[in-house]
Amino acid sequence: MYKKKIAVFIIVFILFFAVESGAETIDNCIICHKSQEGLLKEPADNIEHDVHFKRGLSCFDCHGGDQTKEDLIEAMDPAKGFIGKPKRNDIPHFCARCHADPAYMRRFNPNIQTDQFAKYNESQHGKLNAQGDQKVAVCISCHDVHGVRQKDDPLSPVFITNIPKRCASCHADKEYMKDYFLPTDQMEQYEQSVHGEALLKKGDRGAPACNSCHGSHDAALPRAISVGNVCAQCHSLTRDLFAKSPHKAAHDNLGIPECEACHGNHKIMRTSDDMLGTAGDGLCVKCHKVDSKGYSVAGSMRSAIETLKTGIKESQDVVANAENMGMDVSDAKFDLDNAKSSLIKSRTYVHSFSKDKVGEITKEGIGISDKAKEKGRKAVSEFNFRRKGFAVAIVIILFLACALYLKIRRMEKS
Amino acid sequence: MQNLPKKLYDWFDERYQITGFKDFFAKKTVPVHKHFVWYYFGGITLFFFCVQVVTGILLLFYYKPSAAEAFESVKFIMNKVEFGWLIRSVHSWSANLMIFSAFVHLFSNFFLKSYRRPRELTWITGAFLFFIALGLGFTGYLLPWNELSFFATKVGTQIAGSVPFVGHYLRTILRGGEEISDATLTRFFAFHVMILPLVAAAFLGIHLLMVQLQGMSEPLSVVKNPNKRPMKFFPNFLLRDLFVWLLLFAGLLTLSVMFPWELGKKADAFAPTPAGIKPEWYFLWMFETLKIIPSKILSFDGEVLGILGFGVAGMALVIIPFIDIWSRKEKRNPLFSIIGIFAIIFILFMTCMSYFGPQK
Repeated sequence: MYKKKIAVFIIVFILFFAVESGAETIDNCIICHKSQEGLLKEPADNIEHDVHFKRGLSCFDCHGGDQTKEDLIEAMDPAKGFIGKPKRNDIPHFCARCHADPAYMRRFNPNIQTDQFAKYNESQHGKLNAQGDQKVAVCISCHDVHGVRQKDDPLSPVFITNIPKRCASCHADKEYMKDYFLPTDQMEQYEQSVHGEALLKKGDRGAPACNSCHGSHDAALPRAISVGNVCAQCHSLTRDLFAKSPHKAAHDNLGIPECEACHGNHKIMRTSDDMLGTAGDGLCVKCHKVDSKGYSVAGSMRSAIETLKTGIKESQDVVANAENMGMDVSDAKFDLDNAKSSLIKSRTYVHSFSKDKVGEITKEGIGISDKAKEKGRKAVSEFNFRRKGFAVAIVIILFLACALYLKIRRMEKS
Repeated sequence: MQNLPKKLYDWFDERYQITGFKDFFAKKTVPVHKHFVWYYFGGITLFFFCVQVVTGILLLFYYKPSAAEAFESVKFIMNKVEFGWLIRSVHSWSANLMIFSAFVHLFSNFFLKSYRRPRELTWITGAFLFFIALGLGFTGYLLPWNELSFFATKVGTQIAGSVPFVGHYLRTILRGGEEISDATLTRFFAFHVMILPLVAAAFLGIHLLMVQLQGMSEPLSVVKNPNKRPMKFFPNFLLRDLFVWLLLFAGLLTLSVMFPWELGKKADAFAPTPAGIKPEWYFLWMFETLKIIPSKILSFDGEVLGILGFGVAGMALVIIPFIDIWSRKEKRNPLFSIIGIFAIIFILFMTCMSYFGPQK
């Protein structure tokens, strides 16, 4: 009797969990769509990778209906909340039902942003969407649909290294963009830029993509007044120096964008000292006339930097020579690194447009570079001393050996 | 004042009977024959040992035996200490030359059968001194705590761990734990600067005393030669020794200045073992032999058998005066000479294989 009770309990226990687990896995939306072809099959195929699906959400959580019903009519009954495929213009609002609800989103991630929809509405994309534009970007244009991956998933189209390509899928398409009167060569230019090279070729995730300057959900064109702030996100010291310089007021008054005026926008190339000064490729002469104060300051700053570069080069040669002799020059190399840091600092301080400040830094750098040179020279003279000392020691030893040899010979003869 | 040296001599003689020593050295001779040149190698080894002691003491003033400071302290010696670069380079070159001359001294005496009665103890102490020299080389190699020495010591102590029965304990004792660490460095330092030099001094004392008391051994081929021309030890042979030492000192300085011993990169215990890590040249033949021994010989572990083989060979080397029954009877027999030649060919071949053979 006792054994029978246990057997019944076990059977009931197993059946309970079998029914429970079975109930969890039945999703007639997926089963049915998997059996379809083409566009109807695609959502079911992609959903396995979808971040929503992985967090326990499924088709009916967005599209409504009753996934437990096998019958099409019953499953997609509007009375059960079925809304089907939203219209393109409605997609931001569709996604925002959850993504703009902090209380709901906190269940999945307490730190997740919920202001995307508000930002989108402020963006150029959102504004056009509100006007009924059918081509403008909505959520799925960037994030894909049914198979939405988190932004830190390298396969996501909005993973940092994939962003330029995703933006370019519309913005580099001349046919698609013809109604918007926007240039379509941004991607081509970006690819050639120092930022594009770092992000796309070197995979440096710290390098800026389109969204770093234009924003993502609130994507918009930075105006002249805000360009400096955009660049300052990374180049903060340079921007601070610029903001305190006489150039700031001049740029503001003339409505010239700050950094962009010299460095460009999408095609920002690696800087060189040739950009500074009045000769050759010097950019300063674009605005500063000959004999003006700015003209003179530009020449002075360039001259100071060239002097430091020459000093470092000379020190490097001396130190390299000592190193080739097999001498330890780690201290001198340390100084050389510091001198190079001064050179980098002086290049940054060019944005203060103060010849005194740049001169002060380069002077400091030349002092450090001279120290390195002196250490290199000492190492070379130490090398020569060793050679001379060695020669003297060998002569003395061989002289003693010869004397000893003669003594032995004389002694053994006698 | 003219009598001061004599007064001093008399003062010492009265107390320590130095006239006896003087008479002994005056009468002491060295046999002269066609193998005479090999007699110099004992003195050469002693010369390099003395250089090691002097330069080693100088290095001790600045060396810091800890994993955190060892490399930096050697770097400091080489770059900041006056003539530190020279002292360290001389120490390293001299160590290698000492082991080389010890090899030559050992094998020359082996072929001349100098271990014959009554010089058994001289041979045994000499064999132990040879092992101690190898031990000094092994322990000293780690002390700069650079990448090469770190991983070579790792391999070396790993091999020691394969010794049957006591291998694990031996490896743990050598390493001061399971891995090469600060503890390994401090105990290698203790071995290198205290334990092994003390033992070496004791053995060297006995070895030199025996050489002085019993004189140089004569090879069997010349022992019955009636035309022998003995050379006075003092001053003739000693001055010749001094002459050789002066030339060697010049050579040692040349090597140290022209080819200063490099320090390399600091050891990083977490870095992967660099490719081509090898022990010092004098261990290469054993290292190469262990590499080519099959992993299993019958049902025995190949490496264990190899290590046992080296152990047996080492033991045989020590007790050879008692094994070579022909030389004990002052009879000539080529068997041991053939074994010696085979050993030299084997050592040279294996060393060359390690340098020039296919790298695994």
